[in-house]
Amino acid sequence: MDLKATFISGRTVDQGCNLENKTSKAYFDAAGYCEMNSADAGKLCVEPGNNVKVTTDFGSVVVPLKICEGNPDGLIFIPMGPWANAVVDPNTCGCGMPGFKGIPAVVTPTGETAPTMQQLMARLK
Amino acid sequence: MIIKDVLCPFCGCLCDDLAVKVENNKVVDIMHACKIGESKIRGHDRIKAPMMRDNKNSEFREVSYDEAINESARILANSRRPLLYGWASGLCEMMKKGVLLTEEVGGIIDNTASVCHGPSALGVHEKGLPTGTLGQFANRADVVVFWGCNPVHAHPRHMGRYSVFNKGFFTNKGRRSRKVVVFDVRKTDTANLADEYVQVNPGEDYMVLSALRAIVAGRVDVVPDTVGGISREKLVEVAETLKGAKFGIVYFGMGLTQSRGKYKNIDNAVSLVTELNAHGKHSIIPMRGHYNVTGFGNVCAWETGFVNAVDMSRGYPYYNPGETCSNDLLMREEIDAAFIIAGDAGAHFPAQSIARMGKVPVINIDPFHSATTEMANIVIPTKVSGVELEGTAYRMDGVSLRMRKLVDVDFPSDEEVLDKIIAKVREIKGASS
Repeated sequence: MDLKATFISGRTVDQGCNLENKTSKAYFDAAGYCEMNSADAGKLCVEPGNNVKVTTDFGSVVVPLKICEGNPDGLIFIPMGPWANAVVDPNTCGCGMPGFKGIPAVVTPTGETAPTMQQLMARLK
Repeated sequence: MIIKDVLCPFCGCLCDDLAVKVENNKVVDIMHACKIGESKIRGHDRIKAPMMRDNKNSEFREVSYDEAINESARILANSRRPLLYGWASGLCEMMKKGVLLTEEVGGIIDNTASVCHGPSALGVHEKGLPTGTLGQFANRADVVVFWGCNPVHAHPRHMGRYSVFNKGFFTNKGRRSRKVVVFDVRKTDTANLADEYVQVNPGEDYMVLSALRAIVAGRVDVVPDTVGGISREKLVEVAETLKGAKFGIVYFGMGLTQSRGKYKNIDNAVSLVTELNAHGKHSIIPMRGHYNVTGFGNVCAWETGFVNAVDMSRGYPYYNPGETCSNDLLMREEIDAAFIIAGDAGAHFPAQSIARMGKVPVINIDPFHSATTEMANIVIPTKVSGVELEGTAYRMDGVSLRMRKLVDVDFPSDEEVLDKIIAKVREIKGASS
């Protein structure tokens, strides 16, 4: 079972509180999750805290699920940070700004472990 | 000792009413700050000493400041296309030195606006910016629009101090003096506090702005039944609210600059606000993120003529976002060295861009271990500006304010490190010319 969704990223207050605390578990908890509404979670048969894999044309990332009823059907949110960066669109369309919002994504349940910030960065060097 | 009128070095609100209790040179209590500001001032585990490594996958070894600074200067002086990025969490004094260092090494200087309000600058180039100060908006605005921004999370005291709940001279009933409208793709915590939440389909803000412009211009007949997921009736209702304002203000954020249309969304939003001025007084302002990202735009503009993404390789400032912005340079694999200071490219650039940083020497100037530190070869810890160092910062509305120093530490300032790197670069380049 998978969910076709539109991905966006953005600031949260907890992500902001841990901006200078990025090697901590608190930062992972604040920025390493995927939010969707309970109807979409129900379609995936996943509970909050279960890991999901978010895949776009630009990469994939495994993060725990959170529920946010403010998200309309088919809209998923990962806070700005290394987990979101794994799936965002680097193309700037000639204006300098990559695509951090509005990216087609597929979400699937997974038994894989969510990476830490350090593990995500290690993939890039 | 309680230090009053402390400025918060987190977001562009630059709240200037904090009180901080300091005992034995330690911050022990912080009053009036939001959760993020308190966390920022209280601080986290510091990088204790400069560090270096040749292989990015090996462990760092501690080195002296001189060794780290000299090696940084050597890398920059010998680089053909260095990127000097970040700057927004620093003071104006160090930004000026950053522009000078970029000129010395013929590099490109870019700041965090590149992945934030860079497109807003382009929108302003197209259409200008009918704007004002937060003080004017706080005292006058009776219709407040938040478009693609979520201040409850990103600027937690904004609604209390400047926009929604505060009592102003002409808005003396506080919240009851104002109509609040939120446009967003999801019902955020800010939307939950609004009088009117308008849910826009992702990537369709431009169309919604165009529809509102048509209605404001009296051409509701050309508007389709629904635009961006919003019914025509609802759009007419919102347009009437906007036209009925004595003083309307539009605060906008990444929901416009990062979604489809990017700078064109800003262009269109500015046009809407300009046209609304036929009916009342209306202004628009970007919700700037880092506390001194506006300062960088000012410093860079008076030093080079441009606000960001300035290429000095020709010997004069050259600016062409889309070509000279950090992510374009990284994706084209042009960069052969990266100098990241007062900003965390590693945590806020797309993975493919960061992968390029994995292939070149990276110098990271930061008090804290960031995602960029993971990609770095050289790490130089410095003072936390606005907590351990005083200096100039610009609030999101362009008002310059003096940041306070609260405690003394032994770390050097960003400016001191930059001065030494500049001197060493000159020495190396002088010897080779």
